[in-house]
Amino acid sequence: MSIQQFSNISSNNFEQCVKCTVCTVYCPVTAVNPLYPGPKQAGPDGERYRLKRSDFYNEALKYCLNCKRCEVACPSGVRIGDIIQQAHMNYSHGSAGVRDRMLAHTDLMGGIATRLSPTVNGILRLTPVKLAMDLTLGIDRHRTFPAYTPRKFTTWFRRHALKRQDRFTRRVTYFHGCYVNYNFPRLGKDLVKLLNACGIGVDLMKDEKCCGVARIANRLIKQATDAAKVNLREIRAAVASGNDVIATSSTCIMTMRDEYPHLLGLDNADVRDHIMTATRYLYRLVENGDIKLVFKPDYLRRIAYHTPCHMAKLGWSVYSIELLKLIPGVELSVLDVNCCGIAGTYGFKKENYRYSQAIGKTLFDSIAQVNPDIVATDCETCKWQIEMSIPYRVSNPISILADALDVEATRAANNI
Amino acid sequence: MKFDTIIIGGGLTGLTAAISLAEKGRKTAIISAGQSALHFSSGSFELLGSVDGRPVENPVEAIDNLSERHPYRRIGKERMLQLLPLVQPLLTRAGVATTGSHYTNRYRLTPLGKVKPAWLTLDDFATFDSPERLPWRSVALVNIADFQDFYPVFLSAGLEKRGVKCSIHSTSIAALDNLRRSSTEMRAATMARVLDYEAVGVLAGRLNSVARHADAILMPAILGLTDDLMVRLLRRLVCKPVYFVSTMPTSVPGVRTQMLLQRYFMKLGGTYMLGDTVTHGEFDGDRLRHVFTTNHSPEPLSADNYILATGSFFSHGLVATPSAIVEPTFGFDVDAPADRAQWFRKDIDSAQPYMEFGIATDADWHPRRDGVTIGNVQCAGSILGGCNPVKEGCGAGEAILSSLNLTTV
Ligand code: SF4
Ligand code: SF4
Repeated sequence: MSIQQFSNISSNNFEQCVKCTVCTVYCPVTAVNPLYPGPKQAGPDGERYRLKRSDFYNEALKYCLNCKRCEVACPSGVRIGDIIQQAHMNYSHGSAGVRDRMLAHTDLMGGIATRLSPTVNGILRLTPVKLAMDLTLGIDRHRTFPAYTPRKFTTWFRRHALKRQDRFTRRVTYFHGCYVNYNFPRLGKDLVKLLNACGIGVDLMKDEKCCGVARIANRLIKQATDAAKVNLREIRAAVASGNDVIATSSTCIMTMRDEYPHLLGLDNADVRDHIMTATRYLYRLVENGDIKLVFKPDYLRRIAYHTPCHMAKLGWSVYSIELLKLIPGVELSVLDVNCCGIAGTYGFKKENYRYSQAIGKTLFDSIAQVNPDIVATDCETCKWQIEMSIPYRVSNPISILADALDVEATRAANNI
Repeated sequence: MKFDTIIIGGGLTGLTAAISLAEKGRKTAIISAGQSALHFSSGSFELLGSVDGRPVENPVEAIDNLSERHPYRRIGKERMLQLLPLVQPLLTRAGVATTGSHYTNRYRLTPLGKVKPAWLTLDDFATFDSPERLPWRSVALVNIADFQDFYPVFLSAGLEKRGVKCSIHSTSIAALDNLRRSSTEMRAATMARVLDYEAVGVLAGRLNSVARHADAILMPAILGLTDDLMVRLLRRLVCKPVYFVSTMPTSVPGVRTQMLLQRYFMKLGGTYMLGDTVTHGEFDGDRLRHVFTTNHSPEPLSADNYILATGSFFSHGLVATPSAIVEPTFGFDVDAPADRAQWFRKDIDSAQPYMEFGIATDADWHPRRDGVTIGNVQCAGSILGGCNPVKEGCGAGEAILSSLNLTTV
């Protein structure tokens, strides 16, 4: 072996693949969709050919969920998911159609829909409309769109929370994301309640764009990059003012920490360590004794924790799990790591619906076996998928912590 | 995050140590960079199969004939005899059912029809008292149509040599038709993910119809990726004994063993961090204070004690650069010649010197860093070096016993 060969390794490590096939064992798509070549074939194996001739690109790569479970399993550090996404971005000829654009612009759609929410929610639930979307747009008719809220989180925050934040010197910047803003402001409110009770003030960004995960998945790279640049500018401003930036969605965080540099080529090394999930942020403060959480003794729940794929990739489920364990009345079971099958906008597409449900089956069965009062998970699309598929209620760990919190006692313990 | 013990490496070595500690109530974490070599398991754990090229019948007795550098000699025969009886019960508690004994090797069938010594073998597989006399007059070898990672022809040649009559069959069931459409993805583990109750019922019917005249059925190990439920179900539904034969990797029973051990460890309250890599450590004289990982940096992970179980070259526990053999995580001193020419022999079949390279450890298994012994780190498993697991058939024994030795009083 020449010395040159030894040091000549791509940033995505594809030369490091030892062909062990471990990745294929964990790919959720492989077992259910024979059209998908699997991570090894679609990733490092295919890359060798594509580097020679781009027409070796195979459109079936679009079935990849970008869940990164292959990367977590790979013993050789090959960034398989990145290789596949990059190939999809660089070589695919199909351009994103109306349906993909619509699904990709979670913020734009949300912005319009919240203004019209009673109408939109009604319309999206009408069977003829669902059928029409199915036939004309290819959005599967079995899907229920998450309901849009009549009042955005940011509106609530400005009216009811903003002023109160001035009382706190310790502060953190909250990246609420599209889901909290347009569909589920309650989660944002829960976070504000929790942080304020511990003496931490919440700032929002001046200009927050969608993290871009749906745009990347739908190959709207220019739009994703433009939004990412705005977010990075805002993150830098927050960090400069001494704040960390947190989110309640593991996918938004994974996207801003890892997909920005790996897929969009935007360097974030200067601020990357300050971007984290809310549970990691909280856990660190609790562990260092900087804040104290006091819980109601009568909050009694059996909870099953589901690790979202992107949380597994971040390696941070341990923070959510350890925080939930602090609640005295919680009996916690940690489920085996299995993909729920939705993967953001993927499962909404007609061509993916049946694979999506087949992938989720293992997880659904394992939840039913535990039969918990609540399923806890840090990802909103996992929540949709589980709630659409089986009769269990799903909550973000932050909402569970907020529910279980004894606010007065916590304020007292933190000298508020 | 703080733990009593952090174990770096999540394969058989790390998991054994972790379970042993967690059972004693220690707060334990495993950090594992990807999945482990258990994914290539043959389905048997070997203790000692051969010394100086001669087959071993009684592993415990044969320990005396090993070189002094061999981890078994360093653990000592007496201590080995104290630890060995703990192994099978530990596996059983984790749900891994095995057959075998450390006094006398049993024998298992390889995918190519050879017979090899084994210590403990998963109950999926057949084992024999003797390498020559097999317990069958005739067997049916049943493959799944179009499955390329299983070789009934070799298997039957090997069995016929030992006087067993073989008939070869190929069958298929509708549940696998989907997979058959992709030649690269028709693998043992993928099939195992598809074969549910219903499919196993159909498969059992096929086996019953082909195997009427055989004493036993041998088929590729394609059942039971996350637990052994489907294996037990199939056996209950088939009228003849069914034994599995390992396939090309990835090994279904191997993945299951990994999952069962991991699940048991987590049930004991352990923390398993998969897909994370320790990038470096922070030392204070002769102690390792913290480790830093890709996922948790800039926050450190801290423990009173650390066990290094990162394996040998394959899993990057050791790395050969053009000029030196190094331990890449902490830069611990390695016991290997500086001269590259002494690392390997050109004859690919002969025992390769690099297989025996490992960390330089003291009598208590502590590594050295720039000559300073690190008192709160111990090493276990194949990173120890001093033996040739391939030639001697001692890989699993080394993994399990060196970690039990560190974690058992
Ligand atoms: S797990 Fe990693 S090394 Fe193994 S085949 Fe997949 S990409 Fe290659
Ligand atoms: S990212 Fe997920 S879906 Fe894509 S190849 Fe990897 S494991 Fe499969």
